[in-house]
Amino acid sequence: MITVRSADTLLYTLRAKLGLTGAKPGCLNGDCGACSVNIDGWPMKSCLMLAVEAIGKKVTTIEGLQNTPIQQAFIENFAFQCGYCTPGFIMNCHSLIEQQPDADDETIKEWLESNICRCTGYAEIERAVKSVLKKK
Amino acid sequence: MEVIGKSVIRKEALDKVTGRAKYTNDFHSVSMLTGHKVISPFGHAKIVDIDTEGAWKVPGVRAILSGNHYPLTGEAIRDRPVIAVDKVRYHGEVVALVIADSPEQAKKAGDLIKVQYELLPVVNSPTQAFQKDAPLVHEQSGEYKKEEDSDPVPGTNIANHIKIRKGNLDQGWSESETMVEASFSFAPSDHAAMETRCATAEILPDGNIIIMTSSQAPYMVKRLISDFFGEDIGKIIVHTPFVGGGYGGKAPVQLELLAYVASKEVGGKPVKIFNTREEDIITSPCHIGLDATVKLGADRTGKIRAAEIQFLWDGGAYSDKAIDVTRSGAVDCTGPYKIENVWCDSYCMYTNHPYASPYRGFSHSELTFVIERTIDLLAQKLNMDPLEIRYINAIKPGDTTPTRVRLNESNVGNLQKCIEKVRELFHWDKGAVQKIDERFVRVKGVSCSWKTSTIDTNAPSGAILTFNPDGSINLMSGLVEIGTGTKTVLAQILAERLKMNVDNIHVRMEVDTQTMPEHFKTVASRGTFMAGRAVLKAAEDVIKQLKDVASCVLRAPKEDLEVAESRVFLRDDPTIGLHFKEIGYGYKYPNGNAIGGQIIGRGNYILRHLTPLDPETGEGKPGPEWSVAAYAVEIEFDRRNLTYRVIKACSVVDAGKVLNEKAALGQVMGAMSMGIAFACRETFYFDELGRVLNPQLRTYRPLRYGENPEYLVGFVESPQLDAPYGARGIGELGLMGMPGAIGNALSIAADVSLQNLPLIPELIWKTKEASK
Amino acid sequence: MLPFDFEYYKPETLKEAVDLYQYLDQQGKRPMFFSGGTELITLGRIDLAYTDAVIDIKDIAECKVLQVSGDHVLLGSTLTLTQIEKANLFPLLTKTASQVADHTARGKITLGGNICAQIFYREAVLPFLLADSQVLIVGSEGKQVIPINEIFLGQLRLRKGEFLVQIATESRFVRAPFISIKRRQQWDMGYPLITIAALKTHDLVRVAISGLCPFPFRSKEVEAAFNNKGLSIEERVEGALEVMPDPLLDDVEGSAEYRLFVLKNLLFDVLGALDDVRV
Repeated sequence: MITVRSADTLLYTLRAKLGLTGAKPGCLNGDCGACSVNIDGWPMKSCLMLAVEAIGKKVTTIEGLQNTPIQQAFIENFAFQCGYCTPGFIMNCHSLIEQQPDADDETIKEWLESNICRCTGYAEIERAVKSVLKKK
Repeated sequence: MEVIGKSVIRKEALDKVTGRAKYTNDFHSVSMLTGHKVISPFGHAKIVDIDTEGAWKVPGVRAILSGNHYPLTGEAIRDRPVIAVDKVRYHGEVVALVIADSPEQAKKAGDLIKVQYELLPVVNSPTQAFQKDAPLVHEQSGEYKKEEDSDPVPGTNIANHIKIRKGNLDQGWSESETMVEASFSFAPSDHAAMETRCATAEILPDGNIIIMTSSQAPYMVKRLISDFFGEDIGKIIVHTPFVGGGYGGKAPVQLELLAYVASKEVGGKPVKIFNTREEDIITSPCHIGLDATVKLGADRTGKIRAAEIQFLWDGGAYSDKAIDVTRSGAVDCTGPYKIENVWCDSYCMYTNHPYASPYRGFSHSELTFVIERTIDLLAQKLNMDPLEIRYINAIKPGDTTPTRVRLNESNVGNLQKCIEKVRELFHWDKGAVQKIDERFVRVKGVSCSWKTSTIDTNAPSGAILTFNPDGSINLMSGLVEIGTGTKTVLAQILAERLKMNVDNIHVRMEVDTQTMPEHFKTVASRGTFMAGRAVLKAAEDVIKQLKDVASCVLRAPKEDLEVAESRVFLRDDPTIGLHFKEIGYGYKYPNGNAIGGQIIGRGNYILRHLTPLDPETGEGKPGPEWSVAAYAVEIEFDRRNLTYRVIKACSVVDAGKVLNEKAALGQVMGAMSMGIAFACRETFYFDELGRVLNPQLRTYRPLRYGENPEYLVGFVESPQLDAPYGARGIGELGLMGMPGAIGNALSIAADVSLQNLPLIPELIWKTKEASK
Repeated sequence: MLPFDFEYYKPETLKEAVDLYQYLDQQGKRPMFFSGGTELITLGRIDLAYTDAVIDIKDIAECKVLQVSGDHVLLGSTLTLTQIEKANLFPLLTKTASQVADHTARGKITLGGNICAQIFYREAVLPFLLADSQVLIVGSEGKQVIPINEIFLGQLRLRKGEFLVQIATESRFVRAPFISIKRRQQWDMGYPLITIAALKTHDLVRVAISGLCPFPFRSKEVEAAFNNKGLSIEERVEGALEVMPDPLLDDVEGSAEYRLFVLKNLLFDVLGALDDVRV
C-alpha cells in the first residue's frame, strides 16, 4: 500500500516510492521507451501514465521478469551495450512475444520502433526477438 | 588462443537484463536534496536582474544560487562560469540553481525565479564568428587562465588556432593537374545517450567530498574540482556506477561542479543534479558543428599532391574540450591518404551555441565527411573509380602523417586491405549504380577514414588484481563500463595471459577513484590498449609472485614452473603443482606455518613517445597509432520524391586483433547506426536568437528499430605490436565513414553535390532547386 | 512528475462528468477532461499545460463504445488508438491512426485525445472528415449529435464544459476505397510533413490533409479542383495546390515550399491509387 500524489506518474511512483529502478527515465516525454512496463500484459510508457490510472491494473516491471527466454536471448545475442534502454526494450519485446507470438517483420518493427537504443545497431535486438519468436 | 577472440558473455549481462544494473540516478536517499537548474531561454543576452523572492517562499527550498562569482572553469581555457554571471552565452546555460528537499519543490521554485534579460547580438555560426566585425562571445578572452597549448586571439572569437604546415604547398599545386575545392557546413547536434547526465555531491564533516557521477572521466572530476576550487585532491572521492552511454558526451566535467557548489551551499548535505532530456540536449555539452573548406590537387594518375584545408569548428559558448577536438581534427586533417604537401588551419570558434564536447570519433567523423566528399568530387573530375582513387592514395607504412609522424607496420592499420575487402563484400565491381525503374535507383557510395587518439602525452592507466580464497581473481581497473564491454575484454586479456577460465575472473564494474588505480578517461578507444597493457603487466606481477611461493613449496626453480588452469605446476610434470587457492592467500604448510601472504598484482601503463605539436608547423607525435577503415553504403533513391533508404552499410575495420567477436561486431554496428543517424537526420535547428528549436527526442530523432540498414562488417587483422594481443581501437571507426559514404552515394543518385548535413530529403530538394 | 498538484476525479456517467466540470469550474479550478492524458503529462512537465482538477472520463461506458450499430460504426472517444487498430472497424482510420507517434504510445493516446489535442497534426480526425461522420458531444445542455464537418473547423469547436463522447460513421464510407500516406522529414519516426488521407465515393475523391497548415482540414475548394475531370491530371493537382488554405507550416520539420513539393507528389499518388489514372 502506497500513497501517491495524483500528479505522480507511474514511473516516478515505481522508482521513488517502490524502489523499482529498472524502469528508466530517458525523456519523461513518451519518446524513448526506456521506462516501458507492461500493463495487463501490454506495453506502456510509464512516464505517460499517472500512478492513479494504474489502480486495479496488473503492472509488470522488469523486476518481475525472471529467466524469461527474451532475457536470455538478449544476453546471448549481445542485444545490449550500456544497458540503459534494456529494461524498457525487454518489456516491450516480452509483451510482443506474449501478445503476438506469430508476429511478422512488419509487426515486430511496428512494436519495437517505440524504443530507442543508442548503442546497438538494432540488428542484435532483432536477432534476439526473432530467436524467441521462432521457438514459440 | 583460448579466450581471446571468443564471444565471451559480458560480465554484467544478467544485471542489465534484469533491471538490477544501477546508474547514478538510481541511487537516491531520503536525505538527498534536489538541485534544479534555471536555464537561459536565449543564445546571447545580458542578465539585467534575477528576482528570487517568489522562489524563496516555496516550502522546502534550502538555497538558491545565482550571480555568484565562483572561480571560472574549463579544461584548456578557464572561460566558463559554473553558473552564468553578467551574461548568458548560450540557450540552456545555467543562470540559477535551486536546492530543495524534493524535485517538485525545486522545480516549482525554479519556475518562480524571474530573470530579466537584455538581448545581445547572436553569433550563430562559426563562419559568422570568424568575420572581422562579428559580435564577441568573450570580450576578455585574452585574460583567461589557460593551458600552454591554447591561444585565444583577443578581440576575436578565435579560441584556438592549430596550424599544419607540411611540405611545400606551391610545389604541390604545380604538380597537380586537377584541382577541386568545396565548402561544407553542418550545425552542432547531440550525443543523445539514453541515460541523461546526473551527478550527486556530498561534503562530509572531515572535508571529504563524495561525488557520484555518470561520467567517462571520474578521475578528471577529481582533478578538476581540486584545480578549480583548491580542494585537496585526496579528499575528493568519485564513484561511477554503470554509465548509460557516453560517446564522448560524458567526458567533460559539468554537473559535478554544480553538485559540488550546491552541496557546499547547504552545509555539505547530499545534492543531486539530474538532467532532464531537454537540459541534457542543450545545457550539457553537445556534438560539435563544422564549417570547412577543402582544396585538393592531384596529378594525372590521380595521386593527391596537395591539400589545403580550413576548419572552423563550432566550439560553442565555451571552449572546454573543443580545443582538443580542434587539434585532433588538424592532426588527421587529410584523411587516410598519403599527401606530401599539406596546409591546414583548424580554428576553434566561440559562438552562441551550446558548447561542444568530444563525440565518438573526436573530430574524425566530421572531417571524414568533408574530406571524403571532396575525394569523390576529385574522382569525378578525374573520371576515376571512387574506390580506386582511395586505393592508390591510401596511407601506408613509410608514409608520414600531416604532423610528420613516420608510419610503420605496427602504428598504422592496413587500409588497402580494408578497401580490398570492401570491394569484395560489397560486390563493388558489379557497378555503383543500378537502375530499378524510371523512378527508383540503387547507388553505392564509399569512403575511408583513419584516426589517432590525441590524448594527454602522459595519460596513465592502472590495474590491480587480488585473489579470493577459492583461487578466483578480482580485477580492478579505473575504466568505466559505458557500454562497450571493455571490462569483459580486460577479463579475457587476463584469462588468456594466465591461461585460466574467464569465469573465474571477477570484474569490479563500478569505479571508485579512492581505491582503484586511475584510468585516464574512458575515451578515444584507448580502453583496451591502455588498461589492457596495465592488466597484462599486473598478470606478469601475479605470475612472478605465484611462482615465488610455488617455487619454495614445490622446491623447484621458478624457471621450471608454468601457470595455467588456475595452477602453478612443473612444466615437465604438470601433476606436481599447486592450485591458486592454495597460494593466492599465502601457502600454509601442514604444520601450520605459512609463507607468502595474499598476492596482489599491480600493473600500469603510460603512453610513450608522444609530444605536443609545434605551434608553427604542427610537427609532433600526437597519438600512439592510426587505426583505419573503409566503408560502403547502398541507398535506394526515389528520383521523384527525392527520398531514400539506406539499404546496406558496410564497414571493414583493421581491428589488429578481434578480442571478443560479438562485442566487436556490436561496437562497429552500433557506431554505424549512430553515424547513419548523424548523417541523415540529427542536427540542432537554431533560430535567429540562437535557440535550439528541437531539444526533445520527439524532434531530435536518433535511429529507430527498422530504420537501420543491413550491416556488413568485416575485420582485417594487422596487429599493433605494442597493444594487447595486437588489438587496435575499434569503437569509433564504424561511425566515422557513414556520413561520407552516404553523402557520396546520394550525390551520385541525386546528381548534385551535397555538402551539408543532415542529408534529409529537403536538403536534396533545396540543392537541386538551387542548381536549376 | 508534474510540478503542480491537481484533484483527480473518475466519474462513471456522462452527467456526473459534466456536473463535476461545472462544479469545479465554479470553484476556479480550471478543470480538464482527461482521457489518455499524454498531453497534460508531457506539456504539464514543461509548464505548457496546467489544471487544478482532472476529470478522467475513461470509465464512462459511452466513451468506450466500439461497435457496429446498424449501418454505423460507433467509436468511443476514450478508445486507445491501438484498440481501434486492433478492432479494425474502419480501415482508413486504422491506417491513419497507426502512423501516429509509436505503437506503445498509441496504447495510451486515445481517439478523443488526439482529435482534441493542442498539437497541429491531430491526424486521427482526417478519416472522419472524409466520411462525413457525426460526433456525439455532451455538455451542460445534454447530448448533441453534430456533423463533424460543421464542428471541426481547424479544431473541434467545443464549448466550455463539453467533451467528445463518440463518433458515428456510416458503413458505406467505412467500406469505400481509400488511401492514407504519411511523409515525414526523414524515414519512419516523427511528426508529419504531410499526412494525406483520401476516400473515393460516387466517383469523386475526397482528401483531408494534416501537416500543411497548423490544423488538419478537408477543403471543398481543394476537392472541387481535384475532381475537375475536364482537366489533365497535372492541372487538377496544380488547381488543388492553388486553393490550399492558409497559413502554411514553415518550421524545423520542413519549409512551406518543401511541404508543397511533398504534397504535390502525394496528390499524384492519391489520384494514381483512387482515380485509376497513370501518374
